[in-house]
Amino acid sequence: MRNFLSDRVAGLKPSGIRKFFDIVSEMGDAISLGVGEPDFDTPWFIRDEGIYSLEKGRTFYTSNSGLKPLRQEISNYIKRTQGISYNPDKEVLVTVGGSEAIDIGLRALINYGDEVIIPQPSYVSYEPCAILAGAKPVIINLKAENEFRLKPEELLSAITDRTKVLILPYPNNPTGAIMEKEDLEKIAGIIREKDLLVMSDEIYSALTYKDKHISIASLDGMQERTILINGFSKAYAMTGWRLGYACGPEEIIKQMTKIHQFAIMCAPTTSQYAAVEALKKGDDEVEKMRKSYNQRRRFLMNAFKEMNLECFEPYGAFYVFPCIKEFNMSSEEFATKLLQEEKVAVVPGTAFGDCAEGYLRISYAYSIENLKIAMERIKKFITGLRNNSQNS
Amino acid sequence: MKDNMRDELLSILEHNSRIDFKELAVVLGASEEEVLNEISKLEKENIICAYHTLINWEKTDIEKVTALIEVKVTPQRGQGFDHIAERIYNYPEVKSVYLISGGYDLLVTLEEKSLKEIAAFVSDKLSTLDSVLSTATHFILKKYKDHGTLINKTTKDEREVIIP
Repeated sequence: MRNFLSDRVAGLKPSGIRKFFDIVSEMGDAISLGVGEPDFDTPWFIRDEGIYSLEKGRTFYTSNSGLKPLRQEISNYIKRTQGISYNPDKEVLVTVGGSEAIDIGLRALINYGDEVIIPQPSYVSYEPCAILAGAKPVIINLKAENEFRLKPEELLSAITDRTKVLILPYPNNPTGAIMEKEDLEKIAGIIREKDLLVMSDEIYSALTYKDKHISIASLDGMQERTILINGFSKAYAMTGWRLGYACGPEEIIKQMTKIHQFAIMCAPTTSQYAAVEALKKGDDEVEKMRKSYNQRRRFLMNAFKEMNLECFEPYGAFYVFPCIKEFNMSSEEFATKLLQEEKVAVVPGTAFGDCAEGYLRISYAYSIENLKIAMERIKKFITGLRNNSQNS
Repeated sequence: MKDNMRDELLSILEHNSRIDFKELAVVLGASEEEVLNEISKLEKENIICAYHTLINWEKTDIEKVTALIEVKVTPQRGQGFDHIAERIYNYPEVKSVYLISGGYDLLVTLEEKSLKEIAAFVSDKLSTLDSVLSTATHFILKKYKDHGTLINKTTKDEREVIIP
């Protein structure tokens, strides 16, 4: 038989996380700090609205771009959080999670060989989606000494004649890094000058612990140069509902809607009804969860300080990204050993980019009680490593 | 201590009054001293009234019967409902007394060893008070959730163990 597979797909690197997942799954009793989704249940009033929509028999397709009231609420939400207006009829598209928006956004923009700049460490799907869209991914290796923020000189040195899109993943998974207004201003200047477009993945925008999140789209002249991607998964603890959205210039949203229409039809109807309610009445619940994450974040930062483990203070998402270079082990070795010896699962930084060698992603989407046990074990583990290296 | 930190402190303590001060300081991003001062202030101001434990008595050998009693009363001149409320809440077996809007005036929670004792309390003590017009007693059969806590909770993390 001939080889039926697409070279482009077969050539994609399998996700670095998969391998580790298999090892962890085999160990039944490990404490996992490896989960990239909230530990909270979706707030009950949102679930209730989903149930109600089912009872009412709202089980049909919605319009391709999503329920009109939902697009309206999304537009309202961005207006009240970022101060910018999107026309709900032409500039908002409801997608199956933020992930779909990333995929179809890139497909709508890329001609074969266009370059997409991807700062890493970052979420695992940008690079494969860019490749599948026919782009050449250009990776920027972010630096710990910059708190993993994107610096203008880093961006400038990655730009070529073929550069079209910058993916801007803040608040960041896996580092927890944020970009503040002055950081964004500098990037925006370059984007305008070099005539580029930004795909801003703001899925963690509701979870920041310093100032409120600022979208690059809200800066001067940037709304027309930005596809803003967000969703319900992280802020409202709605991962399984698979619902996200993209906002952007009408011409781009129109093309994205075309792909969405042919590939997906529409986002899940039940989820859309529930999401309207989330945006209307969810602010207090989001704030409650944010406070709770912030308490855990402080708890972990303090635990690292006490065990003398280097870690910059992250102000976003629900991850901390400690450095383990002092132990002279690769991230994967460290994570595997930690799992085998102390039964704590963390994700090796390298799952999110080669430049994250020497780092671990630790999620704090867990109760403090859980984190406490895990920190005890990590402390024991690294104390052992330090003693060994002293003795040898 | 700033107001929002104070609110956060209260909401943590409301769910876990046994949290140690050091941990409380860490999660609030405050110093231990600040937290201690604030708590003693809150206690003095009677904002923190008491520290209780939520016990599932059903799982013990101790017999307890709880009743909610709706009480209609005549308010008294110059004192409104306060005086009659005091007459009722002074009984140690009365666990709570609320003034309620709607079809009746006071909602009284009563805890006793048996149904008989509750009946005795209602007929001998409560109904005989001058200003009490009528009572309606409801027995609690099962507690599902109390003080925001599920009584028979089994929580299991159903998430995948590693998710990017």
